[in-house]
Amino acid sequence: MYALEIQQLRKTYRNGFEALKGIDLKVQKGDFFALLGPNGAGKSTCIGIIASLINKTSGRVKIFDHDLDRELIEAKSRLGMVPQEFNFNIFEPVQEIIANQGGYYGVEPREIKQRTQFYLQELGLWDKRRLQARDLSGGMKRRLMIARALIHQPDLLILDEPTAGVDIELRRSMWDFMREINTNGTTIILTTHYLEEAEQMCRNIAIIDQGQIIQDTSMKALLKTLNSETFILYLTETVAELPRVKGSYTLRIHDEHTLEVDIPNDETLNDLILQLHAAGIQIDSMRNKVNRLEELFVSLVTNQESKP
Amino acid sequence: MSRYQKYWIAYTTIARKEILRFSRIWVQTVIPPVITMALYFIIFGNLIGQRIGEMDGMKYIDFIMPGLIMMAIITNSYANVVSSFYGAKFSRHIEEMLVSPIPNIVILMGFLTGGIARGLTVGLAVTGVSLFFTEISVEYPFIVLSIALLTALLFSLAGLINGVYAKSFDDISIIPTFVLTPLTYLGGIFYSIQLLPEFWQNFSLINPILYMINSFRFGFLGISDINIWLAFSVILVFIIVLFIICMMLLNRGTGIRE
Repeated sequence: MYALEIQQLRKTYRNGFEALKGIDLKVQKGDFFALLGPNGAGKSTCIGIIASLINKTSGRVKIFDHDLDRELIEAKSRLGMVPQEFNFNIFEPVQEIIANQGGYYGVEPREIKQRTQFYLQELGLWDKRRLQARDLSGGMKRRLMIARALIHQPDLLILDEPTAGVDIELRRSMWDFMREINTNGTTIILTTHYLEEAEQMCRNIAIIDQGQIIQDTSMKALLKTLNSETFILYLTETVAELPRVKGSYTLRIHDEHTLEVDIPNDETLNDLILQLHAAGIQIDSMRNKVNRLEELFVSLVTNQESKP
Repeated sequence: MSRYQKYWIAYTTIARKEILRFSRIWVQTVIPPVITMALYFIIFGNLIGQRIGEMDGMKYIDFIMPGLIMMAIITNSYANVVSSFYGAKFSRHIEEMLVSPIPNIVILMGFLTGGIARGLTVGLAVTGVSLFFTEISVEYPFIVLSIALLTALLFSLAGLINGVYAKSFDDISIIPTFVLTPLTYLGGIFYSIQLLPEFWQNFSLINPILYMINSFRFGFLGISDINIWLAFSVILVFIIVLFIICMMLLNRGTGIRE
């Protein structure tokens, strides 16, 4: 049984725009899955259909084997949704927004009270519980939507750009919390524009562009398709000219304290460092020039766009 | 927990939320109609009413009192649902319900409960105000209660349909201004249709609000221009038709799902 199974999903809007052109997608139970794509690729339409906020044109969607057409109530009860845009009543107090959502899912009032306290504490909102939602900061509003989506303890959680506008420290604590939830058995589907985040968090990935799935694989397998990686090396001392190294590395001098190097898949970083060390060059620190997934994402999407 | 217990929790959640919504802003939702109706009682009931004398054998203020209460019920049950539903659409928190495993009928019942609660609350407040101006006698309490409840239900349903189609805040005031208010004023609040020429008497019979006001007046005073059972039938037919339309709109996702 899959947490999510999509077959030949199509959506054509009234204005004739074909947002989804028959996509197929399977997300394993317990997975932390990235659904990526450029703006307007069809991600939000796809998520909207799963959450039954958008009517599909054709195709089939199943959540834990419950078909949206035949067992909508059962399917919905397994799903938690954190949308991209704020969609709560800004005049309601924080704890009421969460309690109401629990009520909509039929959770008993006593249970709602306990869970509201738990999730608000976990997400650092407990002391804000009596504030109206409009008085929260942007990051707090995002966390409020996460707490709201978890109140009925869903088996599948969809996070649509959950960390947009959230500062780094908070983002990290949010991801720790999400990892914990995933470890405890909740399947998570994530869309984000922070590709580093997707690379770190997700085991499997699908990339959607122009209404089609152009990649659907494991994160490891996708990253392996990179032909080379570019690193920036910060040197202890200055270099006047490029050091000579064996192998198919491509080196460039960035400035007198910095080297830039392309390392093909068949070469190793370790070998390069050893050669540089032998040439009397000491490396102080290093970093990836571009996030690996970002590099792949851009090349995949660019290839897709260049297709006739 | 059974599926129906869960639906009950969902229903009570929506209903409580809807009632809290208008109760929290009672200065905007309950007080203004009460003040308006108090002015009607002062001007039409006391000042002008004394010169008018009797209507259908009743003191004029007694004659208009049921109609004014009914007008408060109609406008407030309608206004509550249309503004709440459109507000939920506008700020997108209707999505909280749409993603949840709640059948559309439960969502509908929740909104209707809010509309009925506000209609009856304001109706009760106006009744309280009317005690300052006249003595109230209730000939048929069951008819008074049932007509008040059914009318509030009917206009809550109508308010929801307006809310579904509304695309801007202007759209939620068009129907009350251009349809509800004229129909209410022409529905026999201030006069008996017997006073009208025959053509206009017959023409008035196509106004559904006439049946509500007259049956409500019958409950209080025991007089009516309309057969009471016909009035009940008309109200029930309207409720059934509007209920079916509401369910069709919600099931199709008109105005709420892309």
